[in-house]
Amino acid sequence: MNFVSPDLSPAFAEMFVLGMTCLVLVVDVYLKDSQRGITYVLSMLTLLGAAAITATSGVVARELAFSGHFVSDPMGDVLKLVVYATTAVVFLYSRDYLRQNDLFKGEFFMLALFAMLGIMVMISAGSMLSLYLGLELLSLSMYALVAFQRDSAQAAEAAMKYFVLGAIASGCLLYGISLLYGMTGTISLSGVSAIFTSADQFNIPVLFGLSFVVVGVAFKFGAVPFHSWVPDVYQGAPAAVTLFIASAPKIAAFALAIRLLVDGLGDLQGGWQDMLVALSVLSIIIGNLVAIVQTNIKRMLAYSTISHVGFILLGILTGSQEGYAAAMYYAIAYVVMTTGAFGLIIILSRKGYEAEHLDDFKGLNSRSPWLAGMMLMLVFSMAGIPPFVGFYAKLTVLMGLVEVGLTWLAVLALVFSVVGAFYYLRVVKLMYFDEAREEGEPEAALDIRVLLSANAALVLLLGLFPDGLMSLCIKVFQ
Amino acid sequence: MMTGTPLLSLLIWVPVLGGLAVLAAGETRASLARWASLAISLVTLALSLLLVAGFDSSTSVMQFVEMRPWIESFDIYYQLGVDGIALPLILLTTFITVLVVIAGWEVIQTKVAQYYAAFLIMEGLMNGVFSAMDAMLFYVFWEAMLVPMFIIIGVWGGPRRVYATVKFFLYTFLGSVFMLASLIYMYMESGSFEITSLYALPLGMNAQVLIFLSFLAAFAVKVPMWPVHTWLPDAHVEAPTGGSVILAAIMLKMGGYGFLRFSLPITPDASRELDWLLIALSLIAVVYIGFVALVQRDMKKLIAYSSIAHMGFVTLGFFLMYAIVDRTGSLGGAAMGLQGGMVQMISHGLISGAMFLCVGVLYDRMHSREIGDYGGVANTMPVFASFMVLFAMSNAGLPGTSGFVGEFFVILASFQANFWFAMLAGTTLILGAAYTLWMVKRVVFGEVANDKVAALQDINRREFFILGVLAVSVLALGLYPAPLTDLMSSSLDNLLNQALGSKLVP
Repeated sequence: MNFVSPDLSPAFAEMFVLGMTCLVLVVDVYLKDSQRGITYVLSMLTLLGAAAITATSGVVARELAFSGHFVSDPMGDVLKLVVYATTAVVFLYSRDYLRQNDLFKGEFFMLALFAMLGIMVMISAGSMLSLYLGLELLSLSMYALVAFQRDSAQAAEAAMKYFVLGAIASGCLLYGISLLYGMTGTISLSGVSAIFTSADQFNIPVLFGLSFVVVGVAFKFGAVPFHSWVPDVYQGAPAAVTLFIASAPKIAAFALAIRLLVDGLGDLQGGWQDMLVALSVLSIIIGNLVAIVQTNIKRMLAYSTISHVGFILLGILTGSQEGYAAAMYYAIAYVVMTTGAFGLIIILSRKGYEAEHLDDFKGLNSRSPWLAGMMLMLVFSMAGIPPFVGFYAKLTVLMGLVEVGLTWLAVLALVFSVVGAFYYLRVVKLMYFDEAREEGEPEAALDIRVLLSANAALVLLLGLFPDGLMSLCIKVFQ
Repeated sequence: MMTGTPLLSLLIWVPVLGGLAVLAAGETRASLARWASLAISLVTLALSLLLVAGFDSSTSVMQFVEMRPWIESFDIYYQLGVDGIALPLILLTTFITVLVVIAGWEVIQTKVAQYYAAFLIMEGLMNGVFSAMDAMLFYVFWEAMLVPMFIIIGVWGGPRRVYATVKFFLYTFLGSVFMLASLIYMYMESGSFEITSLYALPLGMNAQVLIFLSFLAAFAVKVPMWPVHTWLPDAHVEAPTGGSVILAAIMLKMGGYGFLRFSLPITPDASRELDWLLIALSLIAVVYIGFVALVQRDMKKLIAYSSIAHMGFVTLGFFLMYAIVDRTGSLGGAAMGLQGGMVQMISHGLISGAMFLCVGVLYDRMHSREIGDYGGVANTMPVFASFMVLFAMSNAGLPGTSGFVGEFFVILASFQANFWFAMLAGTTLILGAAYTLWMVKRVVFGEVANDKVAALQDINRREFFILGVLAVSVLALGLYPAPLTDLMSSSLDNLLNQALGSKLVP
């Protein structure tokens, strides 16, 4: 019997992150509170190293490792790079906030890194098992992160809700996976894909399994009607954690959907398309309508996320390469916009005070025209007004829809983005048209200011020159 | 034709980048912001004059064309060009912006840099709308323009500014998204967003009707046509003077321009089929809105309604051609309607701008727009009164002023289409005179109404300059409109051919 030593090099980045995170864990134990900066620097170095490994891996085609449980492909590399960058941005934005709120502890960084590792495993999952393992690693770290502020009852409540609902959703997903395994006898996504044919989309047991899988995906996205955790968790968690939850895991959800539905169950597209149509339409309608009545900006952004998720699902449900590329573009654009918006909330927050009410934005233009200008760009981008990146994200998704003949969905999405514009305009109104409630410029360290400016500038630059990222997204799906 | 300097790009980016520079300079140096903005707007005006100097009016092809790949994944190009239709509107934009910059000189005291930056960025974006030759580029400029206007009305506007500006934004945004859907549909059919290739794209009747209606949604809101005009009186009344001027003088023209650039040439068969709808809506705007204007108590509101009525003439002129050609076969009559609409757009840009500036002059002194608060202004402000009477006369369409030329052309053309069209359109001569002159009578003439009016100071040199320049333009265009009509005639003839042709799939 030949024994071939497995080639583990495609998973080198994951192994590096795992090793480094364990190192951070050990080192942190020996640090005094005043030395937490070392943990922070080590975590940043982890991200930097991982980025270097992924960027230099130069994957041009699909490579398998761990007997097919692990896939390395260009899409995975792009998504991973986005995730590293997002996590680094989250750390940067959070540093001072965590210090002020006595949350600057090693656990934050370790949990976030483990969550990121989970996302990486999901992105590169080649089988339903590794997908599920990645998902659980992400989810468990997330539950802990939400509950991280121990003395906050609100955070504990949010974590409890998240945990209970998340566990049910994971159960649904696992049940769906087990049904699919029962019918195909394999957990490898390529194996599943080889067995199902497009005739199976009318096969009731297959659809039964499929619907449980879709429920799991929809929950991770926070799509209506599996969205009820989103606003509570966004509001209850400390702003730094909300920033993380709102950004990187959406990339993970996108990867989950692509790996499961496209790589594994691509032939059942006729089956899951209708389900995603319902999910995305509901998400866009409910997300945009309910956001209008929110007075808490974290909740408002939560509902806005729900409507953005609807758009990402619209891209996926087209079942075309253009549509997947559009959804990926949208997901990345969403992450760029949302990190900026939460970054500003963090900047406006002070010791023991979360700037989470819309009124906290009042008169920001008088207090700091620069910050207000940055938020202006972010908000108009979220509303889908050109020349900001959010417009092109919507445009590519709509083009994908029209191309496959779903023009009515495109028109519906457009109409509701007009409805959505209303609550984004309200933020601009508060910042520009209203009198400031308090005087003085919000305090923020220089690097955070630079980061926010870069973040908003990216929203504008990706809008003025959208082609680079767009062609990249198209390329990875060819 | 590719000239050495990318004039059109400069027309777009000089004001935009200049506006950003003014913004970056900050609020601490207000007078620097004023002078810098004046310089930038004058440079832009000079650039547009260069454009006119280099323009060849004997051809209808696009000139000063620039073409660079922009979003290659979707074949979207950064493609600019002007013809005889876009050029006068670009000139109007750069001209009015200079006046607006001067008009805000002493009036705007809060957030000066942001105020000027918003107007300069607006100017660049509006030039972009008029020169974009790629439909997606057009749409980007078209939507991006909403952002500075939203801020202008909301920050420097009147007491109900928030309501007005949100209404303005949502109305126009809702209209435009339908246009976006159509553009994407046509891209899927033709594989290109180039406007000229959309002209060549054959389309079935059903598709054309839907596309036409979606364009109508976008452009009718901007024009605005009855019954989607209700945002305009609110926005006009609440906007600061400069904002009202830009809205009336240029933004409304974008709707008219859209009909010429998109609706007529891209969906000629649907335009022929549905011309009755446009004519009916235009006539309602002329007659009904004329009556509405008559009963206004607020000067700005009155001028806003008069704008709607006058823009009714523009759309009427554009869509008369089918009726004229069917009835008389006279291409000349059809061309006259188009030309009348175009002249009316330019002339209305000047006159409505001037009227809003006049109201602004009064408002700066009295802080009231109510007609009832005034009376006998001529006694204390004789110079101002003569300007206001002149502009009121041209608003009413007095021969010798630019207001007469466009209206006259359109009424003449409508006689060839249908006697009743002309009859109804002609009522504007009575109604327009009635609401404008009645307002002037109540505000300017008569006894001095109260102590406040008695204490009024006449206009200063700055105001004299603005109103004087506008007065000269209005008279010049009224007495000798030939340079303007020559500039656009070949482009309009070309448009007429496209609009009267058929694009139905054989």
